[in-house]
Amino acid sequence: MNRDLLGIRQLSTDEISDLIRRSNAYFPSLESPAPIPQSQILSGVTIANLFFENSTRTRTSFELAEKRLGATIATLSMQTSSLSKGESLLDTVEVITAMKIDCVVVRHSSAGVPLLLRRHLPQSIRIINAGDGAHEHPTQALLDAATLSEKLGTLAGKHIVIIGDILHSRVARSNMILLKKIGARVTVVAPESLMPPHIEEVFGVEAQHSLGKILSTADAVMSLRIQLERQSKTYFPSLADFRLRYGLIPSRLSECDAYLLHPGPVNRGVEIDDEGADTEKSLILRQVKRGVAMRMAILEWMFEK
Amino acid sequence: MDILLHNCRILDPITGLDESGMDIEIKEGRITAIGKNLKSNLASRDLKGALVAPGFFDMHVHLREPGQEYKETIETGTRAAASGGFTGICCMPNTDPPVSDPFVVSYIKSKAEGNIVDVEICATMTKARKGETLAPMQALSDAGVRMISDDGSAVASAEVMRRVFEYGKMFDFLCTEHCEEATMTHGTAMHEGKISTKLGLPGYPSVAEDIIVARDIMLAEYVGGVRYHVAHLSTRNAVQLVREAKAKGLSVSCEVTPHHFSLTDEAVETHFGNAKMNPPLREHVDIEAIIVGLQDGTIDCISTDHAPHAHHEKETDMMSAAYGIIGCETAVALGLTKLVHTGKISLNHYIELCSVNPRRLMKLPQLKIAEGELANLTIVNLEKEWEFTSSHIFSKSSNTPFIGEKFKGQAIGVINNNQAWWRE
Repeated sequence: MNRDLLGIRQLSTDEISDLIRRSNAYFPSLESPAPIPQSQILSGVTIANLFFENSTRTRTSFELAEKRLGATIATLSMQTSSLSKGESLLDTVEVITAMKIDCVVVRHSSAGVPLLLRRHLPQSIRIINAGDGAHEHPTQALLDAATLSEKLGTLAGKHIVIIGDILHSRVARSNMILLKKIGARVTVVAPESLMPPHIEEVFGVEAQHSLGKILSTADAVMSLRIQLERQSKTYFPSLADFRLRYGLIPSRLSECDAYLLHPGPVNRGVEIDDEGADTEKSLILRQVKRGVAMRMAILEWMFEK
Repeated sequence: MDILLHNCRILDPITGLDESGMDIEIKEGRITAIGKNLKSNLASRDLKGALVAPGFFDMHVHLREPGQEYKETIETGTRAAASGGFTGICCMPNTDPPVSDPFVVSYIKSKAEGNIVDVEICATMTKARKGETLAPMQALSDAGVRMISDDGSAVASAEVMRRVFEYGKMFDFLCTEHCEEATMTHGTAMHEGKISTKLGLPGYPSVAEDIIVARDIMLAEYVGGVRYHVAHLSTRNAVQLVREAKAKGLSVSCEVTPHHFSLTDEAVETHFGNAKMNPPLREHVDIEAIIVGLQDGTIDCISTDHAPHAHHEKETDMMSAAYGIIGCETAVALGLTKLVHTGKISLNHYIELCSVNPRRLMKLPQLKIAEGELANLTIVNLEKEWEFTSSHIFSKSSNTPFIGEKFKGQAIGVINNNQAWWRE
């Protein structure tokens, strides 16, 4: 069976639980000081990591997961490739697939590119969405769910609060879809300028413009990265002003007992102050470890015979 | 090309004639006789009851020549227009170089000479569409230009737009605006709404269109005596703004495209780049308002905004994909299927929207289906049920979301300039 991972939207709840279970099996080896046993389940499989948009963490996480399963891999930083020399997206993709690839991991700044590739690539080539525009980042949402499940058990009925730039965030969208699918309560908090219109109706979440007392009822808080370049636009007055209203500053953290997640990289002193980022309630580094385990689980699932 | 058209339904909104079972005799490009069971020694063509209407005119076509001949040429674009039932078009000035001087006008005219399709030429309002200095309006008017527009973008500066109106009205130009407040739409890919929220694509809000429509109407009123036309109107509020301007007695008009009354932003989910337009596909409530605007006369005409683009420019990521679709081939089919056969618009009114009103706005002579008149005719099989496929495309490009769409009604031929084009 040829499986893709285009988005959380295409996954069933059973598939989500299955992926979390599989990632739990890989996770202990990443926690242990002992050398990681090398698996050969992807021996003979060639994977191209196509990063049309910069990424360090996600790219490295994929590369490690692929290598640990024995795949042959090629990573292409497409920002510096022929695409910037005027080659069309489809030509680039055709050239790459002509090199006999079994799986494409794609990140692109424009929403919908993995679906576009699905329309044009042969069915035999599997596709993993490593983040497309503000649309989806399914591997991040899955690793977040695995991280949360470890601490909270079942997420059904749990209250997850997502704070920050919801408008431009694929992490927020994939997490909203996943968390609603498995029955969690989700509140998103952002100024109106960073909140996509009709979000409550489209995603079934609650939307708020201020934090108020929301944190006191949260089981977990997900803080999103504010992209510093957006400052040049007029979405919010300044990073300092944003921190005052939405930052996880000590006075707010002291009100809540929630676990803390962030997809990284963290802007310390904006989204989260040091007091929050470094406490035992912070799961930020655990997310990173979970990321490798989850991507191994996804690859295993995709290439299951 | 002398011919006897046998057994047709003539519907002419100007003369008020609506009669089936009619014959039309055409000699040397003129109608020489009309009646039932005409005796003629000319070759006869049995139209089997098809509609014969005054030739349709499309006020908004991108022929891409000069400069972008890989997308479309004057030859292929006019062939697409003829196949869609149009005997006349106005081509838009965002070519390379743009239509900002009389030489480009003459170039297009010379290439279009002798064509079955009459080609009117829209020139830019400002030099090279930069929105800074006025285009040479006297020279352009002398070259035969009737409409001006910086199509593809709005004139950003209200000051410049005021001067366009003040100077342009001396030539009785139709001043056509692509209404887009660009500071609100930079980097957007689709209509801002539920679907853009779901897909994570940056949204182009309706208000960005409404603001320019409102600004221009206020400027047109202030300047006075201006003929102002809103190109490819797409929002419910813009319909209302034009309605109010007309009620005030201003010379304000507007057009809608077939795709804006046929599709919503939901089409982006299935058609990707081929559903990327500027202005974008809007919502059901906007379509409903457009239908009411068509019914009550707020909307003057249907124009295609025929916008050919090469495959690689559309089959790419939504942020980079080019705006627009080809429209000539599907316009009549969409109009009949979505407006006439649904009972929303009468056939007579539909012909006004496609022929009478665009000619009025372009200040072209009205056509009459009567003895002694020029034979400038659009022939339509109203009942034909068919599926649109790539074999129906005559444009050089094939960027359309309507492949596979089932239609009722098809343009089957045009007669103009002593020539005929027949689908079969």
